[in-house]
Parts: sequence; C-alpha cells; structure tokens
Amino acid sequence: MTISVLAVDDSRTMRDMITLALKNEDFHLHLAEDGVHGLEVLEETAPDVIITDINMPRLDGFGFIDAIRDRAASRHTPILVLTTESADELKTRARNAGATGWIVKPFAQDKLIRALRMVAG
Amino acid sequence: MSDPMQEIRASFFVECEELLENLFDAIQEMTEDPANKDTINIAFRAVHSIKGGAGAFQLDDLVAFAHQFETAMDMVRSDALEAGDTLVALFFRCGDMLSDLVRMSREGEDIDPDLYAPLIAELAECAGISLEEEEAEVDPADFQPMTLDLDLGADVDADFSFEDADFDAELAAILNDPPAAEIASDAPSGGGLSVHFAPKQSIFENGNEPLFLLRNLSDLSLCDIQLSFTPSQSFEQALDAPGLAWTLQLLDGDDEIAAREVFEFVDGLCELTIERTSPQTAPEPMASEADTQLIEVEAPKSSTPKPTSLPDPAPEDVPTAEVEPPSKPEPPAKEPKPASAKQSAPSATVRVDLDRIDRLVNLVGELVINQAMLSQSVLQAGLPKNTNISTGLDEFMQLTRDIQESVMMIRAQPVKSLFQRMSRIVREASAAVDKKVRLVTDGENTEIDKTVIERLADPLTHMIRNAVDHGLETSDQRLASGKSAEGVVRLTAAHRSGRVIIEISDDGSGINRPKVREIAVSKGLIHKDSKLTDSEIENLLFMPGFSTATEISNLSGRGVGMDVVKSAITALGGRISISSTDGKGTVFSISLPLTLAVLDGMVISVAGETLVVPLNAIAETLTLQPEIIERLGPETTVISVRDEFVPLFDLGVELGYRKPKPSYEGAIALLVVQEDGARSALVVDDIEDQRQVVIKGLQDSYGSVPGVAAATILGDGQIALILDAADLLGQATGRSRDLSTLEKAG
Amino acid sequence: MSPDTPLQDPSASELELLSFYVGDHEYSVDIMSVREISGWTRTTSLPHSPPFVRGVINLRGTVLPVLDLALRLGLEANEPHERNVVVVVDLDGRTLGLRVDAVSDILSIPASAMQQPPEISADSAGSFLRALTIVDERMVRILDLEAVMPSNDEVAA
Repeated sequence: MTISVLAVDDSRTMRDMITLALKNEDFHLHLAEDGVHGLEVLEETAPDVIITDINMPRLDGFGFIDAIRDRAASRHTPILVLTTESADELKTRARNAGATGWIVKPFAQDKLIRALRMVAG
Repeated sequence: MSDPMQEIRASFFVECEELLENLFDAIQEMTEDPANKDTINIAFRAVHSIKGGAGAFQLDDLVAFAHQFETAMDMVRSDALEAGDTLVALFFRCGDMLSDLVRMSREGEDIDPDLYAPLIAELAECAGISLEEEEAEVDPADFQPMTLDLDLGADVDADFSFEDADFDAELAAILNDPPAAEIASDAPSGGGLSVHFAPKQSIFENGNEPLFLLRNLSDLSLCDIQLSFTPSQSFEQALDAPGLAWTLQLLDGDDEIAAREVFEFVDGLCELTIERTSPQTAPEPMASEADTQLIEVEAPKSSTPKPTSLPDPAPEDVPTAEVEPPSKPEPPAKEPKPASAKQSAPSATVRVDLDRIDRLVNLVGELVINQAMLSQSVLQAGLPKNTNISTGLDEFMQLTRDIQESVMMIRAQPVKSLFQRMSRIVREASAAVDKKVRLVTDGENTEIDKTVIERLADPLTHMIRNAVDHGLETSDQRLASGKSAEGVVRLTAAHRSGRVIIEISDDGSGINRPKVREIAVSKGLIHKDSKLTDSEIENLLFMPGFSTATEISNLSGRGVGMDVVKSAITALGGRISISSTDGKGTVFSISLPLTLAVLDGMVISVAGETLVVPLNAIAETLTLQPEIIERLGPETTVISVRDEFVPLFDLGVELGYRKPKPSYEGAIALLVVQEDGARSALVVDDIEDQRQVVIKGLQDSYGSVPGVAAATILGDGQIALILDAADLLGQATGRSRDLSTLEKAG
Repeated sequence: MSPDTPLQDPSASELELLSFYVGDHEYSVDIMSVREISGWTRTTSLPHSPPFVRGVINLRGTVLPVLDLALRLGLEANEPHERNVVVVVDLDGRTLGLRVDAVSDILSIPASAMQQPPEISADSAGSFLRALTIVDERMVRILDLEAVMPSNDEVAA
C-alpha cells in the first residue's frame, strides 16, 4: 500500500532530501514550505503521516501540530518531527505538543523510512 | 543523469545564499529594533537551516560554526541574552564568517578550524557558556553522515504485504511469515527476548498505532504473540489504560536494541518491559496479574477473536488475497518498488537554467528583428496606412516589444544581494581604517540584469572602500567640524526613465579640488594653466593613473583607480558621474541599462556601411561649419568646440573603409566623450536613426575586432557593427599625436 | 565472406565530400563539416580585416563571418555574384562561411583513392590542401579546413 506523506520544511534542501529518500519507495509525497502551507496541503490530501520541521516562518512546527490535532480528520494522524537535536527536552516538547515521533537531522534514508513505517505501517 | 545528491548539494548552496540574505536582513533590522522577536526568529531559522543542510553533506566545519551561532541566537530568542550593539556587531561578523564558510564548503576548500575558532569563542563568551560544556553538548551522533543507499529500499518493507488485512489475519500472517534468516539462525548467543507491551490510552493521542509497532517488531525474530485483556476496574482506569497487553517472544536476544528502537516513540506512553530469556526457557505467558484473560494467538491459526477495543482498527474484512495474490505464496519479491513517490511541490517559483533563459532572450531578439524586417517590407510594398495589415503590424510591434521587455526581466534580479555584499565591505573597511561608518541602503528591490549585478560587484566594492577610506573623515575630524562621529555611506538604487541609477554617497568632506588639480598637474595629466570647471576637476579622478591618496592605505592602494571603475561601468553600457559639495560629501552616480541584451544606439552610415554608435558615448552631434575646422598638420584636423580644440577623426578612415576626404566642411560629426574625459569628433556620412538594438556577440564567431564592440541585425536583415568608440579612439590617438589636452589659449 | 577476409567498415574507408567551384578549379570539403549551404547576400565589412575576410552576414539571427575562398587560397577573385553560395562549415565549434562560385557535387571517394598533394612551394594554395583525388577524370582538391580557418593573428590587423 502506498503511504501518503506530507513533509513540511522551509528548507528546500531538506525537502529535496526527503524527496530523494522516499523516491523509489512506496510513498506518495506532498510537500509544503511552512505550517500555514502545510495545513492547506493537509486539507487537500489527507496524508497518512506528516513529517514537519519545528523552526518555520508563519506557523512553526508546534503551532502546526496543534492545528493538526485540532482537526477531527487528522486527530490521530501520526506526526514525525524533524529536529537537529536529539535532546530529550525537544522530544518531550514535541510529544507534549502531540507529535508521534521524531527524526534527527541529518537522517539516513533507512532511518527515515523505518520511522515512517513505525508510525504509519 | 547526474548524481541526485550532487544536485541537492548544488541547490543547498543556492538556498544558503538566500538564507544568508535573510540572515543579514534580520541582523540589520536588529540594529534598529533589537526587541523584535520575529527578526531574531528569522535570523535563527536561517542559521538553523544552513546547519541542517550542512549536516546532510558532512560539512562539519559549517555545522560546528552554525551550531554555535545558532545557540547564541537561540538565547536571544528566549531572552537569556540581550541583543545589544556589541552582540549585533558580533552577529554581523559571524554572518560574514558563515558566508565565507558556505563559500569555502561550496568550493570544496579545506577549512582550518582556527579560522572560525576565535568567533566561536567570542560567541560562547557572549552567551556565557563554557566552550567545553558546549562541545560536550554537540553530540557527534547528531551529525551522523547521511547515507542514502537507494538500493536499500527493497528490504525495508518486503516482509509486510498485508496492509489492509484483517487484524487477525495480520497477526497470524506475521507469525506465518517470520523472516527466514532469523529462523534459520543458529542458537542465539543471548537467548530469546520477552517483550511485554501494554499501551496507555495516551498513546493514541499522539497518533500512535500499536498495530504498526507490533508489525515492526515482527520484522525481528518473532515466534509467538499473546494478547491479554484486563477488564478495567473502574471508568477512570479504563480512561487511562485500555486493558490490552501483548506479550511477544523473540527467538534472538540480540534483537533487544532493535526491539527497544521499535518502541522509541512510545516510551512513557505504555508499560513496556523487555527481558532476555534463557535459550531453554519456553515462552511464558504473562501471569503476573490476577484477572488476566488470555487470548492465545498461535500461528498459523486465524480464527481467534478479534480484539474489539482498539480505538482505531485497521479496515476490516479485506481479504489477504487482494494484496497478496494466491498464486504467489512466497513473500513479496525483494525487488525495488516502482517509483511512486510523486510530489506536489509548491510552485511559487521555478528554477530555470540560465542557458534556457538566454536562449529565450536570443529568440525574442530574433523576433524583434523579424518584426522590423516585416514592417520594412510592408512599407516598401507601398501599402496605404490604416489598412488591416498596417494596424495589425502596429499591434504586432507593440506585442513584440512587450514580450521582449518581459523576457529581459526574467534575467533581472534585485540588487539586494549586491548591496548586502557591500555592507560587509563597509564593515571590513571601516574596521581596517578605524572609522565608525554606517551604511544606509535604499531601493534594494530594484531589479537589474543578473550579469550587470555580477559585474558591478568589483567597481562598487572599490567605490565603497574609497568612500570609507578617502571620502569620510576620521571621527575626530568629523566632531571638529560639527558632524556626528559616525560617518554615513549611502547606497541607493532606483529605476529612472528606463535605466537603473545606482548612487554611492558619503557625508564626508567632499573632494579637495585644489589638491586634485595639483595632482593632475604634477602627473602631467593637465597643463598647469588649464582652466577647468569644478566638474571637470572632479572628473579628473576618472583619468587613468590618478590616485588622490597621499599615502597609500592598505585599503585603496591596490593599484585600482577610478579609471578602472569607469571602464567597468562603461563596458556595461553605463555612465558614471561625480558631484561633490565642500564639507557635505561626494556622490557617485552610475546609470546603467536594464539589460545587456539591448543597447540604445545611434544608427549611422559611413563609406556605405551602416554602424551603430552607443548613445552613452555620444555627447552631441555637430555639423562642421568651415569656421570651426582648423588644419593642424598634413594629416590632422581639429575642430573648435566652445573654445576647446577637439581632434577630428574620420570614422571611415579609422575603420579602414576609405581614404581621408579632401575637406570636411559641412560634414556631420559625433562628439564622443572618452573615458578619461577627453572629447573627440567622429566624422560620419549620415545619421539614420536612433533606436534600441539587440546585441549580437562577434567574438564567439570571429574574435575581437578593433573598434567594434559587437554587432546587431537591422530591420533589413543586414548586420550592423556596434562601435566601441573608446577602443577605436584609443587606437586612433595612438596612431597620431595626442591632441586631446591642447588648450586654445596655451 | 571467408574468415580470412579482413572485416571492413565501408563508412570508414570512404569519404563523403561536397565539391564546389572556385574559379575554374574544383575543391571539396568533408561533408561532415558542412552545416548548410546558403545563398549569397551582401556582407557587412569588418574594419581592418584581411582582404580574404568578406565580412559578416546574418545567418538566421547569428553573425556569421564569411571568407572569400578564392582570396584565401591566393587565387584571383571575381566580383561576388548573386548566384554565388556560402558554404557554412563547422570546425571545432567555430562556424564560418566560405564564399564559392557554385556547388558542384556530392562525392563518395574511397580512402585508397586519396593522394597526398605534391609539395609545390610556388603554389600558395597547396598549403590549404589535405589531399587530391581524381573523379571522372577531373582533379578534385580536398581542403584542409583547419588551415583555411584564419588564426587570430591573421585576422587581427
């Protein structure tokens, strides 16, 4: 089954990286540049899993997760947070905000895919 | 196809340029509004994104520096640090360093950590964090090199093919299809593994799905799963824990780390115990709780009751066969899946290869020429005005011009990046000569051809350095003359009547004209009795070999004078002028064409050939009255223009098209201003038109031609050469006596 | 084909040539280097160029330098005629037009039929020749385009 993924990051490099990592895999990828854009794409595509950066303009990762969880349709959609720190504090914050898991940048392709499989099947 | 990682790397560096631009913008704003949280957020994000990308390409120095930079900014963000003048100045220098590191990383240069170590120490000091502590915090594991093994994908999910299957069937299937390698493996060294997993209700609030966890676990050496259900004692208890628990037995105790990784995201959201079991110990059901009702799930049975309390069950009753055709009983073939990661990328901008744009620019140039040829043919056919053809042709002409303009604008870019580079020059130059200087910029969004921007960097750098070094006084001198200690260099850009005007001004003491004059005389550039206007004296600065610095400073004393600046500007089809007010400062004004692809020219004919003379070289046109022509020697003629003798050149002769005429009475001449301010008159036969022409390179096909800058194609399809007046006259004056500085009185 | 017959690629052993007239002589160039043949149009003279450089013409929007092949070869040139043609040749990325009187033929010449041009120092045209061949009892000169292309020193006056 193809898993549809929404990846939200303001860095083009990161979006390119995710695109490359998921290329040739059974994922259907949607991209967005920030939280506000992410919410638009979310409504259009209803992804199986969401990957989001934390530091973004307009609407940051935490605000984005809040908004996702506020919507009935995406209340249980798994969310992976992209972070450069593996610090526990950030993980706790992300989880308290409603994130499912996290991916530490820079990520290896297999780690990204495993994390996606872990939360989205 | 090229390596995708290389492509991403290239695009990362492009992104870095944008991020650095944002960074400098933000730091600049911090000087004005230090308390603005949005600003510091933007700066932080820029550095953070550079660090994130750099990590992916193992640019360790870039990562290390960006990390320290980001940490300091984060402290400002969280009010742990105040963005005072000192800190903002440090941020500027760190931004410069970050730019350098980005550039060096891009070029693949070796970076000596000593280069940025002092700034890291300064950042750490400002932030009040000890370096050792901070270094310890940078966990090298955070920056593991990214390994993108694109073939790896085949194995990752090969064991899962029951995505939509019934829950029971799935559990059964998981057991039915243990990874063969694990089963076949020899007696595990550390015995088996017993995993007990009881999710709390909160696990679902974060979008977790226990099913997926179990399925991932089954990728390991799973041999038995037991599901237990403990009815809740109370409503409250039921809210917290659904009462479902799984106990899984794994054959290989070495899977422990992998098993723990599976539960990484649900740590704290479930009861989890993972224990090693001795190889002899048979899998034991969980028996610790009194009222546990056991539901045993054994492979390969598939008739076990469904757990009904899962809040988010997988779709029911989807036959396994639909995913896994019965004809293929084996596990899915371990082959790479077809590419299916489609993407709906945001489409605010499109990145286009510059070559393609240039091709488009060329084609539109063709279109313009073709349109002109068509118009000319129609005209020659003698069709009356107001026919459908001529009105249609007029509209066609208008459309063609519009298209041309739009296409030219594709190559246009805001001058912002250029201005930001200059702000760095000001910072470095002012530090070098120990002056307090503030750069004020305006019109950063003014757009101009990309190539013009690139070629402006050097002349602008030189002029900015000059302004800081020579234009501005020292703080003491400024205070003495009642000015503020801080000097201001202003850099502005604006569109004005189809051209871009860039001005570099300072609020220094202005040009010391007597001194300039003195230097010019001492260097033999002018006669000591020459009567020069203020403006003419100022323009002496542009003469080759002129330098006002009495002592060569380490800034401007690089052997580059304003004459080089002027030729660079002229080469871009631009003009530069200077004006200065005593005690108030100096303004350099550069006027540039919007694009390099077209040129405003005067179409002239000489000796049967049609040529185009760039308008920016022509000061005025003259008809040679007998009384202004004076024969100087057997082969040289001068004309008198407003009490000054100007050497006369016959363009036809200079180009080698014809012999000199016996008389130039009544001839038409163009008064051409050379780069050193000297004027010359060029005799032509006729002036035909004044228009924009599309520039066609000549050098690629033939090599450079003396006196010719380029070529263009006229309305009749004929090629006309575009004159390089400076080059032509430079060679012409070389062949005869230099008459340009002779004074009538002298 | 018997096994001991050496394998030969016919394309390698034959040279395709475009032949044309310059005055009374027939010259040719390797057809692979010919980009197109264009009708004669008036050229725009380049200042201070050697006489064999006719000038530049507009070849569908590009500026194409045109040499007068007769003058280039040191032969007597006749005035340009509207039936003259410009043979557009490509060599190492440089494109050049050669004014010739008229195009003659396309020839397939076996490599074995090529002869080294005799070294006659008196004939300045000799240095521009790559080979000679006889076709239907006519002598066809095969031009060495690299020699024909003017060097930068030659064009700079």
